[in-house]
Amino acid sequence: MLSATEKTLLAEIWARLTPVAEDIGSDALHRMFTTFPGSKVYFSHLDISPRSAHLLSHGKKIVLAIAEGAKDISQLTVTLAPLQTLHAYLLRIDPHNFKLFSHCVLVALAVHLGDDFTHVAHAAMDKYLSAFAAVLTEKYR
Amino acid sequence: MVEWTDQERTIISGIFASLDYDDIGPKSLSRCLIVYPWTQRYFGAFGNLYNAEAIKSNPNIAEHGKTVLHGLDRALKNMDNIKATYADLSVLHSEKLHVDPDNFKLLSDCLTIVIAAKMGSAFTAETQAAFQKFLAVVVSALGRQYH
Repeated sequence: MLSATEKTLLAEIWARLTPVAEDIGSDALHRMFTTFPGSKVYFSHLDISPRSAHLLSHGKKIVLAIAEGAKDISQLTVTLAPLQTLHAYLLRIDPHNFKLFSHCVLVALAVHLGDDFTHVAHAAMDKYLSAFAAVLTEKYR
Repeated sequence: MVEWTDQERTIISGIFASLDYDDIGPKSLSRCLIVYPWTQRYFGAFGNLYNAEAIKSNPNIAEHGKTVLHGLDRALKNMDNIKATYADLSVLHSEKLHVDPDNFKLLSDCLTIVIAAKMGSAFTAETQAAFQKFLAVVVSALGRQYH
């Protein structure tokens, strides 16, 4: 469960990172493709080489959605409704991959924020990303 | 048997060569106990784990963090037979300590993140991949003697 303090912290962190959404997102994706090559199967139609236009724009899209959700975490199911449908009926990404991606987001944040990625931020972020992934896969079955 | 490229061996030994065990060991264990509080179940005899500040300043946890991190040295020195290297430790964690093997992954994730924060952009995607492959092999070896 996310406390009120954690929700505020998350909204703050993601608001601060929105200007570098492209960097964080593409870094997290690149880390996932490199560490867990099985995840690349969903991107065979894109150029996912480092800093490619596709990787940057896709990374940006994902991080902006995560940041948007953080503005009002209690409304995640409402905010993510269109993305729920997309992932359930069109993309059908195996849910295991969301855990892999979330982990790589945490690593990207650690690299980017260094000491500022405190244990409080880490715990809150891990919980939020788990909740985000759970909502995203709600329509799967 | 696990195949390692020369590049992977270089990356992995490089990480450990510049690792501050006394800093990273305590940090990663306490980070694991804080972010995944259920892992505290194995540390009932370690004293005050009441909150994050207590965990971070607990000398028993700090000492144990160093011990665990140095435990990885065994794999580093025996990269071509990590499975056999950890057979005894696997039995220990299963029969004596009764640690859920899923928890090894939680600690390895926290270690990855703590090192990423320390190394910054030097912790490239390729570095992360090699390091996580190493940790995955260790985690698998530690879970091998559970029956």
